[in-house]
Amino acid sequence: MSVKLTEEMLSALPDARGHFGAYGGRFVSETLMDSLMTLEKEYLQMKNDPEFQAKFDKDLADYVGRPSPLYFAERLTRETGGAQIWLKREDLNHTGAHKVNNTIGQALLASFLGKKRIIAETGAGQHGVATATVCARLGLECHVFMGAEDVQRQSLNVYRMKLLGAQVHAVQSGTRTLKDAMNDAMRDWVSHVDDTFYIIGTVAGPHPYPLLVRDFQSVIGRETRRQALEKTGKLPDALVACVGGGSNAIGMFYPFLGDENVEMYGVEAGGLGIETGQHAAPLCAGRPGVLHGNRTYLMEDENGQIAGTHSVSAGLDYPGVGPEHAWLKDIGRAHYVSVTDNEALDGFRMLTRVEGIMPALETAHAVAYGVKKAAEMDKDQMLVINISGRGDKDIHTIAQLDGIEI
Amino acid sequence: MSRIEGVMKALKEQNRKALIPYITAGDPHPDVTVDLMHTLVQAGADIIELGVPFSDPMADGPVIQLACERSLKHGTSLRQVIGMVKEFRKQDDKTPVVLMGYLNPMEAMGYEAFAEAAADAGVDGVLTVDLPPEEADDVAPVFTKRKLDAIFLLAPTTIDQRVRAIAEHSSGYVYYVSFKGVTGAAKINVDEVAEKVAHIHEMTALPVGVGFGIRDAETAAAVGRVSDGVIVGSVLVDTIARNQADTEELKRALTDLLHPMREALDSLAS
Repeated sequence: MSVKLTEEMLSALPDARGHFGAYGGRFVSETLMDSLMTLEKEYLQMKNDPEFQAKFDKDLADYVGRPSPLYFAERLTRETGGAQIWLKREDLNHTGAHKVNNTIGQALLASFLGKKRIIAETGAGQHGVATATVCARLGLECHVFMGAEDVQRQSLNVYRMKLLGAQVHAVQSGTRTLKDAMNDAMRDWVSHVDDTFYIIGTVAGPHPYPLLVRDFQSVIGRETRRQALEKTGKLPDALVACVGGGSNAIGMFYPFLGDENVEMYGVEAGGLGIETGQHAAPLCAGRPGVLHGNRTYLMEDENGQIAGTHSVSAGLDYPGVGPEHAWLKDIGRAHYVSVTDNEALDGFRMLTRVEGIMPALETAHAVAYGVKKAAEMDKDQMLVINISGRGDKDIHTIAQLDGIEI
Repeated sequence: MSRIEGVMKALKEQNRKALIPYITAGDPHPDVTVDLMHTLVQAGADIIELGVPFSDPMADGPVIQLACERSLKHGTSLRQVIGMVKEFRKQDDKTPVVLMGYLNPMEAMGYEAFAEAAADAGVDGVLTVDLPPEEADDVAPVFTKRKLDAIFLLAPTTIDQRVRAIAEHSSGYVYYVSFKGVTGAAKINVDEVAEKVAHIHEMTALPVGVGFGIRDAETAAAVGRVSDGVIVGSVLVDTIARNQADTEELKRALTDLLHPMREALDSLAS
């Protein structure tokens, strides 16, 4: 049985300094402190501002197309032979992933703060596309930082961003993936701190980002909770979501944290297998440290240098994770597991073939674990997989793995 | 009195300004770092900031990023860097050494273990770029216990209330970051720096060192005129990058850079 978290405990987190237990906080160079404190102050005000909330809700409805459906995957359930599998269809959002929930919210904040220049980091390119999209809509200058390796493997999304008017900066430093993109975004921010708003794409980074991204993404879990009650008269028994930085997972989990009977599973990228070291699963195989402005579980060597990561999915290829997940792991409220590249690819193929839904490779990790978990559960139980994004962007990767040129 | 405090006090009495060069430990090779540190002292350094390489130096521009990569290629660890200071101290027990870097290598080593080893080796101060005083509750007492000076950054964006709070947590000196940007960018505005440093002096008795954007004798003198010391980093590290192959040549090049800065700073005293 899960840990009981009261409303009181939940509303007290993060604390005034952005800590979730031992995790989170604000570990940045001094130049950024004032901006972060201003952002925190403004956000906490706007959070309770009916005008801001109404605008956010309207955009989610009319521009993103929310609520996204909670879909009963009947055939997948039959094939699996266990719990009823339901899919939260974030892939049906405008731009094809959950990322846009957050970029809408942060772009609104940027407008309220009068910032005209937007920067963002991206791994798979979904957050970059979602940021470029809202910038196009609001007429804001947009710069997206993306690791050079990811620019290669996600060329479709790079082109989408360019069509949307964004400048894509290929980051050549370090491992040339998401963590390096975040480093360069931070460097750009320090250099343009007066006129620039940094839209972070996940629940990591310095306070208040883990808080505000979680709040904006929580619409996923709030809808799921309501829809589950409407459609089945009860709450789900288990929630499953993939975890890179962890924004879709926290968005799904957060509104259920007080429901002690709802089990939660965050699925990390097991890459070639945890035992090989070639993975991106800090919660499963890392240890606490400090990177990108927060204390959290990291993949690092014995000297505290950040380790290289591997995942077939660019969006999970990150050595850290949101601090709230680190806390949820330590207190035992959520479980964190991993699936390998190959299992994720099987998950991709299964959902595509059985339900006609092509998930993103990130999401395919959640699918793979969700199916495995459902098989162990009773038929009258209910498991929800968060389908955080659609797989169009990954077709090239899949084809390449199949040895097909397209 | 700490070694840093002593040096700063002596300089002040002579109406001189501190010259504080930065190099990344282990760049271009761990074997030459101690030698380079002695070279810096001979060329006029009052204090040395020795960079601890980190895989993800978020506040640094490309020059120091590459220095970190060169150093880490040899597997330079924080323990080894402390070992370099110990080696340096065999010949030099006067020049203060400040370790400058990011929090995670220190956290991985353990704060107690780090502080003990660093103090034993003769490290005088620690500047952690991504550790604002708000997050230093656990770390600060450990440093104090080992008599390590905690040096914090001040920035153009730091409001007065924070300047006072940060100064209260600091000892040795405070490091004023001259512009909004990463290390190695060339956008220093001396008039703005002068105004800000004068204002900081009103709020703290600690010496104010200014870093970021100091490239030559001219900028060193201009900034030295309005502060208590100048910190010179990227231009030295860039020189190391361009002279990796020949250590003797490298030492000459570093001296050629630093010596004119020393002279320019000392000419301010007369």
